[in-house]
Amino acid sequence: MSDLQTPASSPTAGAATSDAPSTATAASNASSAQAAGGRTFLPRNTLLRHLLVLVLCAVGAVVLLETTDLGFNAQVGYVAFYAIAAGGLTVLTGLNGQISLGHGALMAVGAYTTALLLDAEEPLPLVVVFLAAVALTSLVGAIVGVAAARLHGPYLAGATLALAVGLPGLALYYRSFLGGEQGLTVSSPDRPEWFTDVIRSLSGGSPSGVKWIAYISVACLLITYFLLANLMRSRVGRTWRAVRDQEVAAELAGIDLGRWRVLAFVVSAAAAGLAGAVLALVVRLTAPTGFTIVLSLSLLTAIVIGGLGSLLGALIGAALLVFLPRVLRDAGESLDMDAAQAAEISYVVYGVILVLVMLFAPAGLVGSIRLAWMKQRARRAAGGTTR
Amino acid sequence: MGPLAQPPDSSGSTPHQDRSPTARLEMTGISVAFGGVKALTDVSLTVEPGQVHGLIGPNGAGKTTMFNVACGLVRATEGRIVWRGQELRRLRPAQLAGLGIARTLQGVGLFPGLTVLENVMVGAHRHARAGFFSALFAVPTSDADEARLRERAVAALGELDAEGYAARYPGSLPYPVQKRVALARALVSEPELLLLDEPASGLSEDEMRELGDLIGHLSGRMSVLLVEHHMDLVMRVCDHITVLDSGKQIAAGTPQQVQNDPAVTEAYLGDAVDDTTDVSELAGTDGGTHRG
Repeated sequence: MSDLQTPASSPTAGAATSDAPSTATAASNASSAQAAGGRTFLPRNTLLRHLLVLVLCAVGAVVLLETTDLGFNAQVGYVAFYAIAAGGLTVLTGLNGQISLGHGALMAVGAYTTALLLDAEEPLPLVVVFLAAVALTSLVGAIVGVAAARLHGPYLAGATLALAVGLPGLALYYRSFLGGEQGLTVSSPDRPEWFTDVIRSLSGGSPSGVKWIAYISVACLLITYFLLANLMRSRVGRTWRAVRDQEVAAELAGIDLGRWRVLAFVVSAAAAGLAGAVLALVVRLTAPTGFTIVLSLSLLTAIVIGGLGSLLGALIGAALLVFLPRVLRDAGESLDMDAAQAAEISYVVYGVILVLVMLFAPAGLVGSIRLAWMKQRARRAAGGTTR
Repeated sequence: MGPLAQPPDSSGSTPHQDRSPTARLEMTGISVAFGGVKALTDVSLTVEPGQVHGLIGPNGAGKTTMFNVACGLVRATEGRIVWRGQELRRLRPAQLAGLGIARTLQGVGLFPGLTVLENVMVGAHRHARAGFFSALFAVPTSDADEARLRERAVAALGELDAEGYAARYPGSLPYPVQKRVALARALVSEPELLLLDEPASGLSEDEMRELGDLIGHLSGRMSVLLVEHHMDLVMRVCDHITVLDSGKQIAAGTPQQVQNDPAVTEAYLGDAVDDTTDVSELAGTDGGTHRG
């Protein structure tokens, strides 16, 4: 891919070869200034455009949840919290170039906050509980971010790794309060009357608690992605990418590197906190074993496979994370393996698939598609000109 | 190089334009030591409002260090930097940009993952008004602010004849175009002091001439501090020149004065004649043809 970086001898030649940005983060570089000459079938106003997409996705989600069984509904909840956390992480890593191995721990903060608040005699409204989880996790994120802003590459990875290893240990230390190894069971929030009515009129079925939680998860996912997309398409996203690409030039342009790095960390932590809150509802248990380094690494895997810096990529990555092992296990069982064998072999195949994606699509799925599309467009542009 | 270069200013004598800059940069007694190594010893220079001030000297003379001190990347061990009556020595580069000081980098330093237009929009950072929360909720203020920045960026690219590359990524552009984009990114912030670090490196003769015209014209709007190796360009565009050698100031004055200063000739030739035997013959050549 190195030919993409070489300055070409003339503008036309440049367009003919390729007009691609650095490959690793290709998926993140959806331009913040695209409205200038972009497609016209979507509104140019960012709010309207993103609201339109939000509504379309919401409709799609309702159709999906109503046409599938409860088992699948529950899976959607898993995808949702992985995707929320991955969305936040992709902002941090893809847009701002900071790596975090500690997002699993940040999710734990959100999850434990939710579990504790819902355990009260008269629990607060769910929205308030979620906002509290987000606020507390953001605070932790800010503290970590201040330290992280001074660190780079492997040092940052090391520091956040310490967070991932250390923070869940608090649950063991404050055993009476946080439940130790057993963790805390999460009491399910009551589903409101109107929800029952809406679902009944929509599909005729009687909604279960699982369905209510699936809807909450999807709503949280959509709101998070809406807000993150707003940020990415604005000056904020552009500034993050500038800090990622060229520190000195960014600083000379008047950008306070440290402040913008901390901001990215806080935004990312807020998403992780919400993801943790959703996880608490979906899994109904928060225990230290749920927030190990494996969770943090899974999130990183998801965003890298999907394409660093792309929300769609993060969503696809999260979906693969949830569905791929299951699909493989089912495939294994259909090949006459027993359940244990199938489960083991599924992780091997999963790993092989990850390696293959990294080998053949280093920009991630979305990033590679985007690169291919840009090449295609450049080729067409070069073919169309008579120069 | 676009409308800016059209009236070939008589290589920027005194500013007469409508928006004449008022800010003066005074660097007094600047010394910089990296560990025990003295990179600069007691160097002083003043960039007068609307002037093009050249900073020259052989390799390793400390030009870039002086430059880095001016934009805050390197902190002076001693000395004062005064800009609009404010002491700058303890400020960081990001803060200096807010005070109207812009600089280009020796390479091009463009953001590879941002389009040309976005690169220039980042340069307009200090003019942005919409904050984080208006971006988060995509309120119309954010869009309006973006449109304003985009307009500024397109205008800056237009000034440098690079608006046709707006949607491209820097990596795919020829080097001279990248340099123009980098210059547009510095100009878009409407600085009052522009620090140009070797703007002519890698340019052809023609491009260098256009660059000279551009700099001459810019001096009407802002003060310029220029580090450059190409003597003909320096001699043509600068109002005032400071010559450094081994971290010390060895001469200062108009291009004419500097050119005829024996200390300058010696510094440059001492550098250039290492493997030449006939020193006396070379000593006769005039300063304009030497390279740093």
